Amino acid sequence: MTTFLQQLVNGLSLGSIYALIALGYTMVYGVLRLINFAHGDVYMLGAYVGYFLSRRLRGAEPSLPRALVVMLGAMLACALVGIIIERFAYRPVRRAARLTLLITAIGVSLFIENAAQLVFGPDPKFFPSLAPRADFHVGGVRLTSEQLTVIAVSFLLMVLLRFFILKTRTGKAMRAVSFNLDAAKLMGISTDKIIAITFALGSALAAAAGVLIGMQIPKIDPLMGILYGLKAFVAAVLGGIGNVPGAVIGGLLIGTSEVMVVGYLSSTFRDAIAFGILILVLLLRPQGILGRAQKEKV
Amino acid sequence: MRVAVEDDQSKPEEAATAVTKLINQNHVVAMLGEVSSSRSLAAAPICQANNVPMISPSSTNPRVTQVGDYIFRVCFTDPFQAEVGARIAWEILKVKKVAILSDVRNDYSVGLQTFFRQHFKGFGGEIVAEQSYSEGDSDFRAQLTQIKSANPEAIYVPGYYTEVATIARQARELGISVPLIGGDGWDSPRLWEIGGEALNGCYFSNHYSVDDPSPAVQKFVSDYKKRYNQTPDALAALGYDAARILSDAMKRAGTTRGDKVRDALLGTKDFQGVTGTITINKERNAVKPAVVLKIENGKFNYMTTVKPTGT
Repeated sequence: MTTFLQQLVNGLSLGSIYALIALGYTMVYGVLRLINFAHGDVYMLGAYVGYFLSRRLRGAEPSLPRALVVMLGAMLACALVGIIIERFAYRPVRRAARLTLLITAIGVSLFIENAAQLVFGPDPKFFPSLAPRADFHVGGVRLTSEQLTVIAVSFLLMVLLRFFILKTRTGKAMRAVSFNLDAAKLMGISTDKIIAITFALGSALAAAAGVLIGMQIPKIDPLMGILYGLKAFVAAVLGGIGNVPGAVIGGLLIGTSEVMVVGYLSSTFRDAIAFGILILVLLLRPQGILGRAQKEKV
Repeated sequence: MRVAVEDDQSKPEEAATAVTKLINQNHVVAMLGEVSSSRSLAAAPICQANNVPMISPSSTNPRVTQVGDYIFRVCFTDPFQAEVGARIAWEILKVKKVAILSDVRNDYSVGLQTFFRQHFKGFGGEIVAEQSYSEGDSDFRAQLTQIKSANPEAIYVPGYYTEVATIARQARELGISVPLIGGDGWDSPRLWEIGGEALNGCYFSNHYSVDDPSPAVQKFVSDYKKRYNQTPDALAALGYDAARILSDAMKRAGTTRGDKVRDALLGTKDFQGVTGTITINKERNAVKPAVVLKIENGKFNYMTTVKPTGT
């Protein structure tokens, strides 16, 4: 039983990372109907910005303010990266066919991956510890402060995001753009600005995930975003792409099922389970757990 | 001698492409590499088909040199290294129950796992759990949680340092305090950088130790430090030995023709390398000893040398 509970905790902490990345996918999809394949790479960039920032802040012992500075710095830098990607890669082809946009996204992703290998070097880097750490024991189950932080921060950001989308003016504009881009424009909403803000927010969330995973698994490399990005994408589809709480539920489900499969079956199924779930979702409930079915307009 | 270098991005399919390019476009007369067995196995058939002698500095899987008579290595092989690992568990740690966590996508790791199991059971020990991961994974908590529930007295982790360091940290976080045992894939200054204190008291088998007082080793270490400003790991030492054995064979052959160099390589006997005295046997493998290192506070301390039996 202890083993099972421990596996559950392992799964939830892995799942909240997927959830954080999935949030960015879902937001961009909700507004632009675009699967931003470069999202996983922005997550990787977030981890690297965090890495270089924390090395800059040398001297100080691991402390909470220090972790906060690194986290916010990485989020800010990646928000900027998100805006740049949208401005120079996606905006010029926004009116083109959906497929053009998708291929552009794959191109951006490949570009970032290879540029990162060139600039940062292809070998993995060690992420320094940012915050003081502690271990908690509940019964026979062990939980590190890093795991707790990941879960807590994921939920905090999700709640903030939901508040932002539902309660603020910009959030309302975002929903309007998501509903109908042209109509929103006619109503006097600066759609370009709203789309840029969406990318900035999504990328900042990915950066947060990057720093959090750096703290938990202190090893980062330029290709770390590929698999995490793909699985977060599956999580977003599972939860219902375009739906914020759905992304979180999807992330937690993917993380937990992955850990259970590795623990009780075999590690070779680790990646198969996520994509197996994707196929099942697409077959049985394409709108995802919380998504609403969309009727094709004729 | 001129060196042409290609990067294979640690992918077997890229290794095959890189070797084809080196042979057809750069017209190389011999090949030094690859590091890992999986990639050497991808590259070896191409060298063999083109009659280009290939010397792998560190591919320890036995199948590598079985590809053909142009494929050599200057390191020991997995059956021997796994025996050393089993001896660390049985003779140095004196434990009877061991778990294994191996990289299922890597021929090197699977080879060590198989031979370790065989040797350790042969000594009378028991394997209480076997779990696996894939190269590039970064979360091992699921496997470690299962291993913990089997209560092993030591864990054999035949992988590469990037994963091993993370495994060690996550094992300690889950409350697993038994020592980990590994092979030459652990050897890198980065192992400690990533793993830190989690690795204290762990053991691994290796090709050489920087603490070895022999003048050949000490000269190599100081020359290397002067040039690259870092301590050479075993891969550096093996790469150096591979290049020197190749140049020695070319000198003795008096030509760079593939078949002549191959014959000269076969005649390598008692070559004084940095990683020990090397003799190439009929199977084109190097017959040489292994060292056992213990990790203590960031240092790989030399424990003992294990000589090959028989051959």
